[in-house]
Amino acid sequence: MKLEMRDTPGQLVAALKPISALGGNIIAVIHQRDASSTAESLDVQIVLELPEGRLDRLLEMLKAEGVNVVRIGEERLLHMSSLILIGHLMHTDLSDTVDRIDRTGFAEVTEMSLVMPAINAPSSARITIRSVNAEDMRKAIDILRAVADQKDILIIEPLEEM
Amino acid sequence: MRIVLLGFGSVGQGIARAIHTKDLGITITGCADSRSGVVDDAGIDIGAALERKQKTGYCGDTRITPMDVVATAEYDVLVEVTPTNVTTGEPASSHIRTAIERGKHVVTSNKGPIALAYRDLQAAARRNGVCLKYEATVCGAIPLINAMQEGLAGNTVTRLLGVLNGTCNYILTRMSEEGLTYEQALMEARELGYAEADPTYDVKGIDAAIKLVILANTVLHLDKTLDDVETTGIDLLTPDALRLADEQDCTIRLIGEIVPGDGVLRVSPRIIPKTHPLVVEGTLNAVTVETDMAGEITFIGRGAGSTETASAVISDLLSIRDRYVQGS
Ligand SMILES: NC(=O)c1ccc[n+]([C@@H]2O[C@H](COP(=O)([O-])OP(=O)(O)OC[C@H]3O[C@@H](n4cnc5c(N)ncnc54)[C@H](OP(=O)(O)O)[C@@H]3O)[C@@H](O)[C@H]2O)c1
Repeated sequence: MKLEMRDTPGQLVAALKPISALGGNIIAVIHQRDASSTAESLDVQIVLELPEGRLDRLLEMLKAEGVNVVRIGEERLLHMSSLILIGHLMHTDLSDTVDRIDRTGFAEVTEMSLVMPAINAPSSARITIRSVNAEDMRKAIDILRAVADQKDILIIEPLEEM
Repeated sequence: MRIVLLGFGSVGQGIARAIHTKDLGITITGCADSRSGVVDDAGIDIGAALERKQKTGYCGDTRITPMDVVATAEYDVLVEVTPTNVTTGEPASSHIRTAIERGKHVVTSNKGPIALAYRDLQAAARRNGVCLKYEATVCGAIPLINAMQEGLAGNTVTRLLGVLNGTCNYILTRMSEEGLTYEQALMEARELGYAEADPTYDVKGIDAAIKLVILANTVLHLDKTLDDVETTGIDLLTPDALRLADEQDCTIRLIGEIVPGDGVLRVSPRIIPKTHPLVVEGTLNAVTVETDMAGEITFIGRGAGSTETASAVISDLLSIRDRYVQGS
């Protein structure tokens, strides 16, 4: 499940408390670098697992804490794989590479770390893909492989999905 | 039991030394290197041959060719340890065929003939009532082939994963631990004698791919060639990539993978948790076999080296002696 909220000071901590109180498991906290957001108010997504039937209670508690939930995504992005890409990532339009996964609708890139190298040297990035199930993950990785092949990017896959 | 030794380099000399110093009940009646040979049906003087090779570069007499030794000496088993050629399999394939036709058993560490012509050679061996063994072709001292053929007999293998190339594993260990660049780690591996002057076969993943083909065809009953292996090497890896893996308590290793059910053979650098049993240090090799009955089994050991490879060859020899060679 995915909660989206405004990240104003104190909100994140306020949101995390009820989640753990209800036996929820936080999988990721993702800060969106959304162009529309201002410096002190970033979008933040919390991806979490919650035992069946506790969502209403959670929303009540969040409201009581003054947390402003913008959107609730019911999809369960429980499958996660981190991959490393090596190549001329910027020249080959990294955001397009990421987009091709996001556009599928069944998997998305939830984290990315890019290391900028010396000029003209290949750069390295780690991306984390999440999907609802293993089959979708496999499809997403196949898409990434095809893109990598086109763009002459080396992709290093994990031995096991995490 | 009498053997002839074709190839008197690192592995050949390792075998000769072991036979010379240990009481294994094996007599060498002939040996050859690229330019000389020696035959003595009563048993050659192994110490003298080793010394001669050291001093002069020849193990025997330049008038005797390797093929003379295979075709004329008296022996029970041919030990073929000449250099691997993965395009033709020669000269090893001819040596092996000649010995089989003569009704001699064969033990080899040479990947060429086994990767290229295993079925043919095995069929010829069966026709001639002899045994062809090749434990040393994969993972040096680790008795992997024996374990899979004997120890795990009856199991269905669902997946095999392995660190099959010590040179790559050394380079990746150093890149990961010391933050070296690929070029620096390769240079270091060369200085220590872990990498050849031309490291292409190792670092491009070809050596590991050949070993996968051997495992696929000999113990997993597939019918694969080198072209069937999806192969990616380690030569484009950056220190940054290793750092990114490290941030998640992972590292990168060159992994060979076989999924028999899908017929998939793949060699590629993979992100792997540091606590995974396949994460071994330096030049070590490691193989995990996933099976239906035995579950997961991991083998770790030295994948190369003169004495280590000799260990695998000698194990094959002794198993042939116990099964086939009577009264010797
Ligand atoms: N070294 C290892 O750790 C290891 C591990 C597993 C498998 N292997 C395999 O074992 C085999 C031997 O490896 P190695 O490390 O011992 O190689 P090596 O040190 O290069 O020795 C090769 C030997 O074969 C001889 N030779 C070359 N061409 C020949 C020919 N046409 N006829 C007869 N002899 C010939 C060479 O003669 P000269 O001495 O005259 O040059 C040398 O004595 C290779 O197939 C290798 O892939 C090696």
